[in-house]
Amino acid sequence: MPDKTFEAGIMAGRLEQQTYEAHFADLHPPLNRHEALVAADRCYFCHDAPCITACPTDIDIPMFIRQIATDTPDAAAKTILSQNIMGGMCARVCPTEQLCEQACVREMAEGKPVLIGQLQRYATDHLQEQGIHPFVRAAATGKRVAVVGAGPAGLSAAHRLAMLGHEIVVYDARPKAGGLNEYGIATYKTPDGFAQGEVDWLLKIGGITVETGCVLGADLQLDAVRSEFDAVFLGMGLSGVNALGVEGETKKGVLDAVDFIADLRQVSDVAKVPVGRDVVVIGGGMTAVDAAVQAKLLGALNVTLVYRRGRDRMNASPFEQDLAASKGVRIVTHATPKTVHGNGAVREIEFDYVGEDMSPTGQTLRLAADQVFKAIGQTLEGEDLPALEGRKIAVDANGRTSLQGVWAGGDCASGGDDLTVTAVAEGRDAAMDIHAALSGSV
Amino acid sequence: MADLTTDFLGIKSPNPFWLASAPPTDKEYNVRRAFEAGWGGVVWKTLGSEGPPVVNVNGPRYGVIHGADRRVLGLNNIELITDRDLQTNLDEITRVKRDYPDRAMIVSIMVPCEEQAWKDILPKVEATGADGIELNFGCPHGMSERGMGAAVGQVPEYIEMVTRWCKQYYSKPVIVKLTPNITDIRIPAAAAMRGGADAVSLINTINSIVSVNLDTMSPEPSIDGKGSHGGYCGPAVKPIALSMVSEIARAPATAGLPISGIGGVTTWRDAAEYITMGCGNVQVCTAAMTYGFKVVQEMISGLSEWMDEKGHTSIDDFKGAAIPNTTDWKYLNLNYVAKASINQDDCISCGRCFAACEDTSHQAIAMSDDRTFTVIDEECVACNLCVEVCPVDNCITMVPMAKGATDPRTGKVVEDVYANWTTHPNNPSATAAE
Repeated sequence: MPDKTFEAGIMAGRLEQQTYEAHFADLHPPLNRHEALVAADRCYFCHDAPCITACPTDIDIPMFIRQIATDTPDAAAKTILSQNIMGGMCARVCPTEQLCEQACVREMAEGKPVLIGQLQRYATDHLQEQGIHPFVRAAATGKRVAVVGAGPAGLSAAHRLAMLGHEIVVYDARPKAGGLNEYGIATYKTPDGFAQGEVDWLLKIGGITVETGCVLGADLQLDAVRSEFDAVFLGMGLSGVNALGVEGETKKGVLDAVDFIADLRQVSDVAKVPVGRDVVVIGGGMTAVDAAVQAKLLGALNVTLVYRRGRDRMNASPFEQDLAASKGVRIVTHATPKTVHGNGAVREIEFDYVGEDMSPTGQTLRLAADQVFKAIGQTLEGEDLPALEGRKIAVDANGRTSLQGVWAGGDCASGGDDLTVTAVAEGRDAAMDIHAALSGSV
Repeated sequence: MADLTTDFLGIKSPNPFWLASAPPTDKEYNVRRAFEAGWGGVVWKTLGSEGPPVVNVNGPRYGVIHGADRRVLGLNNIELITDRDLQTNLDEITRVKRDYPDRAMIVSIMVPCEEQAWKDILPKVEATGADGIELNFGCPHGMSERGMGAAVGQVPEYIEMVTRWCKQYYSKPVIVKLTPNITDIRIPAAAAMRGGADAVSLINTINSIVSVNLDTMSPEPSIDGKGSHGGYCGPAVKPIALSMVSEIARAPATAGLPISGIGGVTTWRDAAEYITMGCGNVQVCTAAMTYGFKVVQEMISGLSEWMDEKGHTSIDDFKGAAIPNTTDWKYLNLNYVAKASINQDDCISCGRCFAACEDTSHQAIAMSDDRTFTVIDEECVACNLCVEVCPVDNCITMVPMAKGATDPRTGKVVEDVYANWTTHPNNPSATAAE
């Protein structure tokens, strides 16, 4: 056991080097050909299959699985990618146990669905590893579309529009394209530079220019973009992190989970990322789980995920909750933060145990903490945006906003779950509507 | 426990499971191990005439049709008869039979269609102490090009002639192994019977090309870029073999002729089915070649358990039991009316029954918005396709309609009398016979 196991404070290098490599390796190693054939054979090729209905991008799952079963994985990949250009990433990060695999009739029959996610990865990897981009652009339309945000929604929209013959400029605030795929997903879900590889592969369609380091409202004004381009798609995600709103929140060691996750994705060596001995993560979504699990994987001795409601209300799927538990994360429910204690830096955090109505029960919990990650949600930031619905941009079924010529999709837009796959679907569908509008058919 | 002892032509074996003449029975080493594993008998790999033995290809001999997870469904081979010296085989047969007197030892033979050739080899085989011989008139590849194997089995006159020679020069039972590569299996079976055969065994392998390599454009298995048809066997051929067995068992000319059933016997159930169709025993090859000799233990335990369950104390109790129920289409009861019934508790809503019925059958299954599948009795002809494509065992069943009920499809009352095509008014021959 390394010397730093029990040492208090935030520090890097708590584990042996090879332990880091094992901890941050692929969560689901890829299927080999034989495994894929065996897994594919379990698909019943259902009529009007429930898995398709459950997929936000409506991938023809039985068809692509049959194409795998008949040893034509590239054809399978085309079936997937024609509906979902980020099928490779979705195969890795989709909560399949709540989507396609939950709907799989074999889940109902025997509690063991067809491994749809892993089969999808088998097919898309097979094609993309050859560097093949199977789509070609239609004749140039002469129309130009601006896409704000190079995440799943923006890139999906950009690809579809480019394929339809339009010229696209994608703006993104970050130094790299990819959005949450690049900055917001646990390292073990998409190791080995897959996110950037997928962006590079996607851009092979041509006709897409990516401008990074452009922040809407600062470097880029929506009015100017609207006048310069024939249409605008907003897919910039949620850049604001919700505050706890409790005493002591500004103490050293109280951090945003999204930054921690992004840092882990951007470092060349995860061993260099410091982590506390006693880590507390506040929140109940995927971000909270990704932060908690990775804190544990970095060698934190005690990691506690604290959520204000019951486990059934957590946004993180049961699979994610189980994953966290299996890695040694303790999940505490029905507790809201009350006070962050410590002299300059956090030493302890105190919670109120609460009832279902969020009212304090009078019972409290104090957890030792040298690091606290906030993961209680993100919000849309920006001014001069189209009309909002709640805290997101209001859109209709086609992604149209209140502003003429401006569409929106992904996390920044109203409706739909905040999932990669939903963002891809919204980007694609808005692109089809933009195309219809620019073609004068609507 | 049921008694599995079999008496086939007076040849006793502790169970009805014999290894067929094939690679597993090519030599003493294998056969001893087979007997130790529990096989009731073996038919030794086919012997040829004295002299330099045949030469096999030095490339692949087998090709396979795979099912899920590379399960072997059908096996194709281009191997010839034994490529070992005749005397070596005879010496080994002698030793093995001496050491396993309770097991059946049959010697398969294939020599040219000349009386002298048979006259030469039969006394040598007789001297081994083996229990009988099987005439290989079936191999469809290689040897048939030299006028032997299937080339004999396809000419009834040759079958009869050679069988007669064998009965003349050999004192023990003679089994004639038939090729399925003919149009009517009853003809060669009757020819064997006329020649004095004590039994027939069938089927030998079926002419087959299992696949074509789409890169090299060569049939598989490929020998230096060329392929040749081989002989097909394994689970895939069982339905063909079982039908041929039934034809011989039912035909007046051959009824009662002892049969050794061969073709895709993989489990105890396959064996039981062959026996119900009149076989006195079964021969197995592909199952052993796929899983090893140990499979016989499942066949023994399975058959025994089933016999106990049914109250059968010996193989003879159910031998031929399915023959009276095997008939011509024209005698099937047209007043028997059934309807598919879907058990909603078992249904997993895959919709395969709907797709099959809607697209390819009688549009007799309805699908609701919530994926509930129900049978439309007004359209259902009881074809059974939904039953067979349903992935859940027994979820869809065929339920016979009660006599006196009205079939909503035809509007006719289900009659309580047997009526078949021979008397149906739509049959142009129905009245001509009078």
